[in-house]
Amino acid sequence: MSEQAAKSENADDNKDQVNNEYLTFILGAEAYGVDILRVQEIRGWEMVTRIPNSPSYVRGVLNLRGAIVPVFDLRERIALDPIEYSKETVVIVLRVKNRTSERSMGIVVDAVSDVLNTGADSIRNTPEFGHAIATEYICGLVESDGKMVMLLDVDRLLNYDAEIENIDVDVA
Amino acid sequence: MSIDMKQFHQVFFEESFEGLDIMESGLLNMDPGAADPEEINSIFRAAHSIKGGGGTFGFNHISSFTHVMETLLDEMRDGRRQVTTEAMNVLLQSVDVLRDMLTATSDGADHDEERATLQQVELNKILNGEATPSIEGGAESTPVTEDADQHLGWHIVFRPLSHMLRTGNDSLRIIRELDSFGDLKLTCDLSALPLLDEYEAEDSYLSWDIYLHGDISRDTIDEVFSWVDDDCELAIMPLVNEAAQVVETAAATQSPEEKLDLVDKPDDKRAGGDRRANERRKPATAGASSIRVDINKIDTLINMVGELVITQSMLSMLGEDVEDKAGDREERTRDGLEQLERHTRELQESVMQIRMVPISFTFSRFPRLVHDLSSKMGKKIELEMTGENTEVDKTVIEKIGDPLVHLVRNSLDHGLEMPDERIAAGKPETGIVQLNAFHKGGNIVLEIRDDGRGLNRDKILSKAIEKGIVPEDHGLSDRQIYELIFMPGFSTADVVSDVSGRGVGMDVVRRNINELGGGIEIESTPGKGSAIIIRLPLTLAILDGQTVVVGNETYIVPLVSIVESIQVRGDQINRVVGQGETFKLRDEYLPVVRLHEVFDIADPKAKELDEGLLVVVEGEGRNCGLFVDDLLGQQQVVIKSLEANYGKVDGISGATILGDGSVALILDIQGLMRLARDGKLDADIQQIA
Repeated sequence: MSEQAAKSENADDNKDQVNNEYLTFILGAEAYGVDILRVQEIRGWEMVTRIPNSPSYVRGVLNLRGAIVPVFDLRERIALDPIEYSKETVVIVLRVKNRTSERSMGIVVDAVSDVLNTGADSIRNTPEFGHAIATEYICGLVESDGKMVMLLDVDRLLNYDAEIENIDVDVA
Repeated sequence: MSIDMKQFHQVFFEESFEGLDIMESGLLNMDPGAADPEEINSIFRAAHSIKGGGGTFGFNHISSFTHVMETLLDEMRDGRRQVTTEAMNVLLQSVDVLRDMLTATSDGADHDEERATLQQVELNKILNGEATPSIEGGAESTPVTEDADQHLGWHIVFRPLSHMLRTGNDSLRIIRELDSFGDLKLTCDLSALPLLDEYEAEDSYLSWDIYLHGDISRDTIDEVFSWVDDDCELAIMPLVNEAAQVVETAAATQSPEEKLDLVDKPDDKRAGGDRRANERRKPATAGASSIRVDINKIDTLINMVGELVITQSMLSMLGEDVEDKAGDREERTRDGLEQLERHTRELQESVMQIRMVPISFTFSRFPRLVHDLSSKMGKKIELEMTGENTEVDKTVIEKIGDPLVHLVRNSLDHGLEMPDERIAAGKPETGIVQLNAFHKGGNIVLEIRDDGRGLNRDKILSKAIEKGIVPEDHGLSDRQIYELIFMPGFSTADVVSDVSGRGVGMDVVRRNINELGGGIEIESTPGKGSAIIIRLPLTLAILDGQTVVVGNETYIVPLVSIVESIQVRGDQINRVVGQGETFKLRDEYLPVVRLHEVFDIADPKAKELDEGLLVVVEGEGRNCGLFVDDLLGQQQVVIKSLEANYGKVDGISGATILGDGSVALILDIQGLMRLARDGKLDADIQQIA
């Protein structure tokens, strides 16, 4: 990515903080949200090509208009019990950044629910509690229709390998 | 007039650089003493266009510099001057100077004026009689130089096209301006005037024959006509020696004969205009056989075509199920789908080819390099190139250029000996440097081979010990010693020349090649020569693949790695304790790699070796048998990067998209063999633990 592009991305990020829109989805009984500007595409689950000798949460790779995109099972990634994939099962393709590059990655979730529009001040910090998902992946909590939505830090969640473990903390 | 000329600058620079390339390759191909007039003519035309463009856009330093080159070329073209090696070298240097000037100007920087002036002096030296006199021209045709132009004056034939007045240009003003330069005599040609009732007040019907006497430079006159260039027929001829009259039109590229022709037939105005237009178009179309396209656009195109292929195969599958009781609709649907399939495939193939560029794009700079360096170093060198048409991905082409230049320079400077040394060693006087490109083992291989003295093993070793890179009791193999030249700051050259020897470089070369995912090796035989072998992966290259199936999974084996495919009988198999299985193929015992074990594939159809197939594959110079369920078809696949969005996977070199839109992984045979070996080790360790 060129420097200029990187700058404009950052500008986007700044804008989010003023007016945040999140795509929310369901995983078991819980609702999660990801920054909608990071969402590249939502598609129904279809068979992917398995990658040999990869971690178990890596479902495989799919063909996204000519690009090879890995797909992760979010349930396995955050240690929830796996379920059978159904008609409602969707893959959300996200743009994930690390210091040097931007990648596309898909996550398998139970179902997509809504787009949540929320001001920055209604996002609360993550309390330290023993939740199903490791708190380090959650960048905030927000309430919607009386339900708690956990906002996921896409970059932390999906930069799986050690090489990228120490990502820039101030991204997003 | 308020046209913003800046918008055309980019086009001018692009065209000029193309022109320079034409000039350079033309000059290199030219045989001193027996030059092809057509070749000189094309070089002349290129120079002329640059000069014309430079003048038009106000880059006077460019046009005046090119003018001198042009004058020299013009004389060569007319046979008034012999083509000498010396003149060609000066012209080649001038091409470089001009390239730098153009680069500087296009970047908005200052060009190196001193260098340009010096080069101009060189050119003038050649021009002013230090060259050999022409064979046939004789005494009466003295070369026309700028000095000669300036004394007598000019004969100008000015014939405005009928619409010229409407462009806001006034012939009268032009003539008045010419009058201000010197003694002007003119005759007006009224022959084109129509009858009064056909007369259009805004059309221009008059034309003039103008004799302008006085010491006036050509540029001054060109400037007067610069705005009406396209709206008139113009011939400007210096009043010099009648016999050697050189005629030039302001911007056209006609040969002098044709221009004189035009002047001779003033009545044939329309025809002349048309012809002129045609003449102008010709070089433009010749140059426009390629276009520049942003590589992102091509990538988007490639991806979209990929999508199209998938949609098409989806439709085909649906088409199979079409049942139509009424009759012919079913057949027509299938015909249509078949056609769609064929066209999509062709479209896909041609789009894929766009990104692939023949390596000759990189190789083409070497004849010049070798030519220049051999004369500089006083060596006789012949360059041989093979496989220039090997297609390489554009990205590789861009990045491999500089490392290759460095390696070739090294070969010329360190590898090849001086002529007397070669003769003393019983070798031909002329050294040979070979540049080879070919596909091998799923890689693209580039070789730089020379028949020089080879690497000096002892010298490298003593230098390495001296620098403390290796201990004295090293125990290194020859190959490992040669590898030392890739260490940063390592040089064995006794004298640092401006060609090479500073010891920066080989490490950079290796780094660049590693960045491309490739590797570099050295072969050397003392006294016989050395070779640098670069292996590059086929990133995004098209690969011939064999599709294999194991269980429910499909993999692609690069066809180049496959030796043969066989069915084994039970008695060919040997089990070696702790070593896994081997099988005997003719006289060789080959290890067996079971793909379903290495990749942990569920439910393989064939578990026993005699149930499936063994694909004998080659990697790192060794063979092994890859055990799979079955072979499917062979097909060309496009390599897609797994690393762009995921990461490196052991035993997999990339991925590709099959006709049905699904992803298939491409096997990396060397990685796979390593994985099979290490996997066994890991298993052993686990057992012990």
